[in-house]
Amino acid sequence: MSKYSMHLLVCGGTGCHASESDAVVCNLKDELEAKGLQNSVQVIMTGCFGFCEKGPIVKVMPDNTFYVQVKPEDAQTIVEEHVIKGRKVARLLYKDPQTKESISDSKHMDFFKKQLRIVLRNCGFINPENINEYIARDGYQALGKVLTEMTPEQVIKEVKDSGQRGRGGAGFSTGLKWELARKNASDEKYVVCNADEGDPGAFMDRSVLEGDPHSVLEAMAICGYSIGASNGLIYIRAEYPLAIERLKIAIGQAREMGLLGENIFGTGFNFDIKLRFGAGAFVCGEETALIHSMEGLRGEPTVKPPFPAESGYLNKPTNVNNVETFAAIPAIILKGAKWFSSIGTERSKGTKVFALAGKINNVGLIEVPMGTTLREVIFEIGGGIRDGKKFKGIQTGGPSGGCLSEKHLDTPIDFDNLVAAGSIMGSGAMIVLDEDDCMVSMAKFFLEFTVEESCGKCAPCRIGNKRLHELLGQICEGKGTLKDLDRLRNMSLVIKDTSLCGLGQTSPNPVLSMLDNYYDEYVAHVTDKKCPSGQCRSLVEYIVNAENCVGCTACVRVCPVNAITGDRKEVHLINPSICIKCGACMDKCKFDAIYIN
Amino acid sequence: METIKLTIDNKEVDVPRGTTIFKAAKELGIDIPTLCYMELHDMNIENKPAACRICVAEVSGRKNLAPTCSTKCEPGMVVKTHTPRVLNARRTVMEFILSDHPKDCLVCSKSGNCELQDMANRLGIRDIPGAEYAETSTYRKDTSPSILRDLDKCIMCRRCEMMCNEVQTVGALSAVNRGFMATVAPAFEQNLEHSTCTYCGQCVAVCPTGALTEVNHVPEVLRALADPTKTVVVQTAPAVRAALGEEFGMAPGTLVTGKMTAALRALGFDYIFDTDFAADLTIMEEGTELLDRLSRHLKGDTTAKIPILTSCCPGWVNFFESYFPDLKEVPSTAKSPQQMFGAIAKTYFADKIGINRKDMVVVSIMPCLAKKYECQRDEFSVDGNPDVDYSISTRELAAFIKQANIDLKSLHDEDFDDPMGESTGAGVIFGATGGVIEAACRSAYEMYTGKKLERIDFTELRGMEGVRGATIDFDGLPVNIGIAHGLGNARKLLDDVRSGKSKFHAIEVMACPGGCIGGGGQPLHHGNSEVIKARAMAIYAEDKKKPLRKSHENPFIKKLYAEFLGKPGSEKAHHLLHTHYFDKKKKVIIKK
Repeated sequence: MSKYSMHLLVCGGTGCHASESDAVVCNLKDELEAKGLQNSVQVIMTGCFGFCEKGPIVKVMPDNTFYVQVKPEDAQTIVEEHVIKGRKVARLLYKDPQTKESISDSKHMDFFKKQLRIVLRNCGFINPENINEYIARDGYQALGKVLTEMTPEQVIKEVKDSGQRGRGGAGFSTGLKWELARKNASDEKYVVCNADEGDPGAFMDRSVLEGDPHSVLEAMAICGYSIGASNGLIYIRAEYPLAIERLKIAIGQAREMGLLGENIFGTGFNFDIKLRFGAGAFVCGEETALIHSMEGLRGEPTVKPPFPAESGYLNKPTNVNNVETFAAIPAIILKGAKWFSSIGTERSKGTKVFALAGKINNVGLIEVPMGTTLREVIFEIGGGIRDGKKFKGIQTGGPSGGCLSEKHLDTPIDFDNLVAAGSIMGSGAMIVLDEDDCMVSMAKFFLEFTVEESCGKCAPCRIGNKRLHELLGQICEGKGTLKDLDRLRNMSLVIKDTSLCGLGQTSPNPVLSMLDNYYDEYVAHVTDKKCPSGQCRSLVEYIVNAENCVGCTACVRVCPVNAITGDRKEVHLINPSICIKCGACMDKCKFDAIYIN
Repeated sequence: METIKLTIDNKEVDVPRGTTIFKAAKELGIDIPTLCYMELHDMNIENKPAACRICVAEVSGRKNLAPTCSTKCEPGMVVKTHTPRVLNARRTVMEFILSDHPKDCLVCSKSGNCELQDMANRLGIRDIPGAEYAETSTYRKDTSPSILRDLDKCIMCRRCEMMCNEVQTVGALSAVNRGFMATVAPAFEQNLEHSTCTYCGQCVAVCPTGALTEVNHVPEVLRALADPTKTVVVQTAPAVRAALGEEFGMAPGTLVTGKMTAALRALGFDYIFDTDFAADLTIMEEGTELLDRLSRHLKGDTTAKIPILTSCCPGWVNFFESYFPDLKEVPSTAKSPQQMFGAIAKTYFADKIGINRKDMVVVSIMPCLAKKYECQRDEFSVDGNPDVDYSISTRELAAFIKQANIDLKSLHDEDFDDPMGESTGAGVIFGATGGVIEAACRSAYEMYTGKKLERIDFTELRGMEGVRGATIDFDGLPVNIGIAHGLGNARKLLDDVRSGKSKFHAIEVMACPGGCIGGGGQPLHHGNSEVIKARAMAIYAEDKKKPLRKSHENPFIKKLYAEFLGKPGSEKAHHLLHTHYFDKKKKVIIKK
């Protein structure tokens, strides 16, 4: 076996992959081979580093040099300069947007400084397709410890004591869930990993599965031992091909090493894992719908109780946990409940992975201790708002969550605080909005998703969300009234109050939180018929500034609907009832004489 | 049984553990409104998808409103079913449902008998906010020989789906599409005609709105009555007389045989006959076949297929042709009473009155929708002229009578015409589950033993249990009888037959729960199984009243054999009164 003196870690997450990181890997390998260095320098494709904004990322170990936005053609320079001559390639280093200084070690970058990586501990560090790398990072040691030193009850107690709450959205105690599943006696039980991540802007689970699949497999086996199950199923959406591929490889390797299958570690414990593919229905993230989908039935929720812990997959006791929940388990077992519960806030322990998206400088994947404030996440880790614009709001928890405003920026993020503020943790998607975003349109945008993803079973979700969406559309078009705002609120509250599953019970959250936090903006739409951020086309008006207009008739000629009148050398006039707001006149005018009201 | 105490609307109630809030409230006389929930007591049929969310109530300690139909009572629970919050939620959800429903109540066939309409009224909905810009979910309409689907009117209560899949195990209907466009349809959104649908009509029987209705054949009947060149003959099935009165405000179980006959005469039918006559004829043929197969079987003839299965029910015939085509030699080859009637009417009777079959129109009044399909089957026509021209349901007849300004209640009883109006009690009980086989036993016993049957009422064959079995003593020969009503129950018996485990010599199957009295063409029971039971009582009461209660004693049946058919199972009888079955195992045909 060769001993490598240097490692080049190239991000193989979906984002970097899309930016040709696989070509970067190829070129690096070719270059090294050309220079005869293939036996002393190793190129490894890892999982997501999180800093997707600046991908593809190449990290050089052991000196921790962090190259950003690396193109395939940069491979030659990296090899010739850095690998051979030991000189860092300055143009590929990250530049701090504030100080404009180059930072070579990721530890010193704001994006990484405040992060604490437990779930993502191996992402961007190991080759996810090589089980030895996982084992080298203490992989499967927790399983070994559990099987040889602990009783199932002790494991459950450890998980309970850690205070971990389910990362799928509802925040139910993981240990308690396991305990319930353990208590229900049955000849067969199932451990299910919910990898049906589906909210727009969320890619936490995908990144974990792509970057560190074994952490999930190991945790599922631990769970199986604890609740008395010998079968594991991972329900993953078929739109995650890379994650599926890596899971398949990981399961194969684990089986080969006897870490899955019969008589694991010679303890007599049997556990194996199979994959189940979902068609990407958001509602199948709801555990009863997920189970029905796995059973080959229509992906539709049913009333709880019975909870899956009593009667789940094939009517057997079933424990369903989310990917992120599982990924932290081996660390909890190895480092102890005390360590985990020392991180975070009083009722939300540990860390949480968030996917940052929207109008933020550092789009990407982050993991921070519970209790970190929104301000820290947005302005320090996230690098602030794009193009120097003003922060307007942050939608947490995806389309099921709420939009929090300026006044919530210093809220420490945890399950309970977010709910108190009118939003939810959800699975961890964070979408940042700036001053250009219209809060009526945004609510409509999120509703569009839930309308599309409702399974159609219960009336309030099936029809109510559609009606909410339509009413928001009316408001965007200036056809709303003040009374409609009351209707909007009432419909939202009833949908939450009466829907069958979590989808409908949370789908009006964006509407309610935006009504609460940006009420004036809604009022402007219905009473003044104005969209303050200028997004609602029907509500903007193109007006000629008489002072600037020289009467050149350029706008008159370009208007496709003949909405502009005025003779040569006379001030022109736009007829708002004809104008279709295409903006052609404004583009054409050389004298800045046309503006939007 | 362990009971628990809870409070609903400030009233305390004790209920067995496991009871839902909805049922506990019923105990207190609190009728919580619901659209999707439905239960048929004693038949193990319950629909509770918790989908309509109309039955919600406030439960102490619970964040959101609870669907009472599927939330179990807990000790000490405090439930409030009509707080302002609940009433507002119920009304708002109802407005949602109505906003996605056509507003054509004026011309809807379900108007006046629609649970959605009733609910809108009950909740006092007088306006549907936003209706002017609300999009509605629309689907193409689908018509089949029996059932019309207008899914614009579907409210996703899923009752039809439950009936089709869980009760009937036919699997023709299930939810398709997602969200706002979700609806209930055959797989791949095929037309019903191309699905495994048996036309049993149980989906229609439970549909709360006008989404599923029967194909209306009254206009064709009216046209025939108006045609002076046609002699119009009508036959009425046994179950019709036990239910028709309900459509005119009479209590379930009121027998209206005489009034029905009078109404049909008033409507202008030329001959008012009784399907019960044909039921007696069926017993002659089927009973003979049973005895023939049974005695051959007892003699060790392995070609004699045992058990023999009844074949009067067209929904059942469609079912085994689709799902058990390998067993198509097992059921009796006897045609159904409807078709036996048609075959005799257009031969024997047409000859008797001296008209050509083409100038005769045979109309049947049936509790059934599958009969519409049955009379359209190719094998039941001669040179394109069907033995039975039109089959209309009990509901359609009621509508027809109302259109003709006939007040059924005030009519004086009249009798059926001769010769095909005469029947025995055995023919009447065809309408209830277990009736056909009881009728068969009454005759087969006497034919087999040559002795007089002393105990005519085989009560051990009656009841509402889905699968029943009894052994009848044929003077020393124990004959094992199986009975199933509801196709799901029939499937259980058929599976046993297929695997060779069945111990029965004869099995009666009726596609509809309760038999024909619970048929898809009957007045809607709206989920009240008491209605079905009352109809059964009426049927057995009519049987008791009859002077003759064994089919082979029917003098006109005797005459028919003497004058025309020869003896049961004769070549002529075979030609006219027997049929054969087809392998209709479904292949997927995507055709829209």
